[in-house]
Amino acid sequence: MLFWQLFVSFLKIGFLSFGGGYAVIPMIQYEVKQHGWLSTGEFQRTVSIAGMSPGPIATNSATLIGYQTAGLAGAVTATAGIVLPSLLIVILIAAFFYRMNANPWVKSSFYGLRPIITGLIVYAAIHFGFPNPSEAIYHWTTFATLLIGVLAFVAITRYKLHPVTVIVCSCVAGIVLF
Amino acid sequence: MHTDKTSKAYLLLQLFWIFFKIGPATFGGGYAMMPMIEKEFVDKRKWMDRQEMSDLMSLAGSAPGGVGVNASAFLGYRLGKIPGALAATLGITLPTFIIVFLLSVFYSMFREEPKVQAAFKGIHGAVIGLIAVAAFKMGKNALFDRTTVITAAGSLALLLLTGLNPMVLIAVGLVLGITVIRLKKRLGLPVHTERARQENEPVIEYYI
Repeated sequence: MLFWQLFVSFLKIGFLSFGGGYAVIPMIQYEVKQHGWLSTGEFQRTVSIAGMSPGPIATNSATLIGYQTAGLAGAVTATAGIVLPSLLIVILIAAFFYRMNANPWVKSSFYGLRPIITGLIVYAAIHFGFPNPSEAIYHWTTFATLLIGVLAFVAITRYKLHPVTVIVCSCVAGIVLF
Repeated sequence: MHTDKTSKAYLLLQLFWIFFKIGPATFGGGYAMMPMIEKEFVDKRKWMDRQEMSDLMSLAGSAPGGVGVNASAFLGYRLGKIPGALAATLGITLPTFIIVFLLSVFYSMFREEPKVQAAFKGIHGAVIGLIAVAAFKMGKNALFDRTTVITAAGSLALLLLTGLNPMVLIAVGLVLGITVIRLKKRLGLPVHTERARQENEPVIEYYI
């Protein structure tokens, strides 16, 4: 039953995960909350590990959530659930709608999708930065974490540092600071 | 002499192995692997030309799912039909699956260590930054007229203020885009479905 729930949840997410990675985090969070799979803190740590690993953050999160709820078999189930829709849709497109991108219907739906994906990613950033607004928002570590976030943003957008470099630096900063 | 069967099996193995090697480099998702794929498929093996490659990549960016997984499935299908798509997708998914799995086991072993917790607090900050970068890049590309700005602000407000299922928003976005464009056409307003671009600006349909 748990395996079936994991599979179906990530299958649904997989079909709607336009825009790749970060826009999917709110969807995963919603499913996790509905089923009570992880606490907010556990979910935060899961997304941290997913974000520091290679590969899409959505697939990584699926693997991690599957593992935490149902062990190795759960990890395989959840990962298969999130990857399968991409595979099916890509095969369909490749077989039938090769010129899909020039289609005006596709263009107009992406016109509506892109801003919503932007909204989802901004929401993911806010929610990831302030997990529990009530709890210790004035604690200095919250500010230090946000400061690392701001520095990481500037380092990547302005100084074109590689995300791996940024993650290694912030890991060291964390060990020194906290 | 190869028979048909062995050369087909060899192709599947090659597809699997190419993506297995590229997989760990797909840090934070697809875009880092694009040049590597091009090198393997266009320059080294001459399986397709650059134009076909770039068409496939832009398709991969618009299908749902990670652009890396989509690209591997497209290329795999193109060269080896359904078994090819399966081999390529398995190849790109397996290494990251193993890495994530090992990290997770490592984390549960050492989660009580104060220094491991401290390191994760730092990484938490960096991931906030990475998400913000994705939002910034996406926003730069997506928000170019009044409708798109209002849609983005509205969806953010709905997410923050109500417990709305984000999947509903995606469905709304699909319908909204089509409706607004049709309406604008009917009213005779100018229609742009994408941001106007500079002459040699690259079209990026994939994000971190």
